[in-house]
Amino acid sequence: MNVAATVPPPNSVKRSPFGTKLLLSEDHPLCPGCGHPVALRVILEVLEELSLVGRSVGIFGHGCSAMMIGQMDVDLNLSLHGRAPATATGVKRMLPDRAVFTMQGDGDMVSEGLAEVLHTAARSEKITCFLLNNGVFGDTGGHMTAASVIGQRTKTDLTGRKAEEHGYPIPISKLVASLDGVSYVARASVHNAAGITQAKRFVRKAFEHQMQRTGFSLVEILTMCPTGWVSKTADGPAYMMETLGQQMGLGELKDSLAAG
Amino acid sequence: MARIFCDGSEAMARAAIASGLRFFAGYPMAPSSDLLEQLTGKLPRAGGVCVAAETEIEGVNMALGAAMTGNRAATGSTGQGVALMQETISECALHETPLVVFTVGRMQQDYFQSTRGGGWGDARTICMAPKDVPEAFELTQRVFHLADKYRMPAILLTDGMLARTQVSVDLTPLELEALPPKDWAVDGTGTGTGRSKTHWTWNEGKVNNPGPGPQKHWSNLAEKYAHVAQVEPRWEAIHTDDAEVLIVAFGTAAKFVEYVVGEMREEGHKVGLFRPITLWPFPEEALERAAATAKVVGVFELNAGQMIDDVKISVPNRRLVRAIGGISTDRSGLSIGDLLDAPVVRARIETLMTGVNA
Ligand SMILES: Cc1ncc(C[n+]2csc(CCOP(=O)(O)OP(=O)(O)O)c2C)c(N)n1
Ligand code: SF4
Ligand SMILES: [Mg+2]
Repeated sequence: MNVAATVPPPNSVKRSPFGTKLLLSEDHPLCPGCGHPVALRVILEVLEELSLVGRSVGIFGHGCSAMMIGQMDVDLNLSLHGRAPATATGVKRMLPDRAVFTMQGDGDMVSEGLAEVLHTAARSEKITCFLLNNGVFGDTGGHMTAASVIGQRTKTDLTGRKAEEHGYPIPISKLVASLDGVSYVARASVHNAAGITQAKRFVRKAFEHQMQRTGFSLVEILTMCPTGWVSKTADGPAYMMETLGQQMGLGELKDSLAAG
Repeated sequence: MARIFCDGSEAMARAAIASGLRFFAGYPMAPSSDLLEQLTGKLPRAGGVCVAAETEIEGVNMALGAAMTGNRAATGSTGQGVALMQETISECALHETPLVVFTVGRMQQDYFQSTRGGGWGDARTICMAPKDVPEAFELTQRVFHLADKYRMPAILLTDGMLARTQVSVDLTPLELEALPPKDWAVDGTGTGTGRSKTHWTWNEGKVNNPGPGPQKHWSNLAEKYAHVAQVEPRWEAIHTDDAEVLIVAFGTAAKFVEYVVGEMREEGHKVGLFRPITLWPFPEEALERAAATAKVVGVFELNAGQMIDDVKISVPNRRLVRAIGGISTDRSGLSIGDLLDAPVVRARIETLMTGVNA
C-alpha cells in the first residue's frame, strides 16, 4: 500500500565529494570524532572499485552505523539486533552472484548476535561480515558489551572494565578464525591515515574471498566512540589504541588464499 | 495431477513446492520435524534451498532474507520454536515481507501465538487452519498467495495429528489470480543507481528518495490490515441456519465436531457447526450471522480457552458462549488426548442442551 515517491533520475542525485558515489550526502548524523563514517566510506569505496555496484546487498545490525542507511546508495536491510548474518545468509542463498555483507557493532555481533556470526562462519556462508568495534553499545549511550576490553571506560563502569567484576572480553575475530570454513579474517583500525589504508586493503581482500567463493570472511574495524568512552573528541584515536588496539593488535588472522 | 496417499507433512511440503517455494530453514521439534525432513529431501530436487538452521531465530531470519529478495520463503516449528520467532514475524509484518510460517502445534495451544503473536508493534499476521490433510494442501497454497498479495506474514496452523495422518490427496494445484511483479524486492541491482532501497520497518527510504516514514507507514499498514479483515475471512458454516446449539471449532477438532453434528442432525437435533478457516482475520460477521438463532454457543478447542475470546467478540450476547473443549494430551504432552473422540465430543455438546430443547 506504499505510494512510491517520485524517483529522481540517477544523474540528478547529489553525491558526496568523499571519494565514493555511493554516499548520497556530505553530512552524517553521527557524533563528531566517531569512527564509523570513516569505516563505512572505506567499505563503499571498495564496493565501487571492485565493480560490485549493481550487485551488492548490505544487512545492517542495530547500532550507530544504522543511522546512515538512508545516506548510502546501496540496497540495504536493517535487520533485527544481532541477526544480520542469518538474514544475509537467506539473501546470499537466493542471490549467489551478489556481494552480500553485514555491518554490525560489537554489541550487535558479539553480545546479542554471537550465535549468528559463529554459526554463519561455520556454515562457510559466502558472505562478508564487518564488525565496527568500539567496545561499547554506542547507540544506547556507551554501556559495556561482551567485547569491551579490560580497563576500558564504559557507562557501566566509568573506572574501566575489571575482570573480577565483569569477566573477560570475547575475542571474536580469533574465535571466528579458528573455525573451518572461514576463509579470511583481519583486524584493522581507523585511528589514522595508515590505519585507514590498511583497513581498505583488508576490506578489499575480504570481498575478493567472497566473490571467489572460498568461504566466510570477517573484517573487524576498530572505530572511535568518544561519546561512549566519555573522552574528548580529539583524544578518541589515542584512547582507542591504548585500549582496544593495544590489547588486540592489528593485522590478518587468516587468509586461506595466501596459505594455499 | 495424480492422487497420492500421504500424510499432512508431505502434503504441506508438496503444496509449498507447487506454490514456488525457493527457501526453507528449520530446526527440529516434534511434531513439526516431519515437514523439515520432507523439505530437506524435496526442495533441493525442485531447485530450492533447504537449510538446517542452528536455532529457530536464525532459521526465521534466514527466511526473512530470502523473502526480501522476492523469492518465496518459509520456516516452521511448534510451540516454543515459533515463540522464538515472534520478534521476526512481527518485523516482517512491519516491513511488509511475505514470510510463511508453518506452525505444527501440540493440541491447539498455539492459537494465541498464531493470531496475536508475541512480537512487537501494530503487526498482524494472516493465519489459516485446515481441518484435514487435503485442506492443508489447499491452504498451504493460499497462505503463500496471500502473503505475497498483501506483503505480510502468513501462518498455516496445524497440529501433530494432521501432520501425521495419512490420507489420499489430490495434488492438482489451485488456480490463483496472477500477482504483480515484486518491484519492492531488494536484490542488489539498485546499488549505485540512485534508486537503491532500504528495507526497514520505519520505511524512511533514502535521502534522495524518501519513504513515508514511520507515522505514515504504520498508518498505511493499519489501513491494509483493515482491508484484509474485510475481504479475506473464510469459514465453513454447517447446519447453522436454524441451529439452536451452535458449536465453534477450528482445525482438526472441527473435523470431529463436524462428524458429531452430522450424526445429531440425523437424529433431529438443531445443532450446527461454525468453523473459522482464517483465524486472522477472524470471520466475526459471519459468526454473528451464524449465531442468529442460537440459544447457546459452545466453543470446542483443545486448549484452556483461547479462540473463545474471538467468539465472544463476534457473538452479540457473549453470555451465550460456553467453553466445552479443554486441555487434552497424552502422557508425553505432545499428542492429542482423550477429548478428541466422537462420543466424548458428543457428550460435551449434550451438556449444552439441557434447557435448550434442541
Ligand atoms: C532486541 C534489541 N535490544 C536492544 C536494542 C537497543 N540497541 C540499539 S543499538 C544497540 C547496540 C549498539 O551497540 P553496538 O552494536 O556496539 O553498535 P554501536 O552503536 O556501538 O556502533 C542496542 C542494544 C535493540 N535495538 N534491539
Ligand atoms: S555514540 Fe559513539 S558510535 Fe555512536 S555516533 Fe557517537 S561516537 Fe559514534
Ligand atoms: Mg559498539
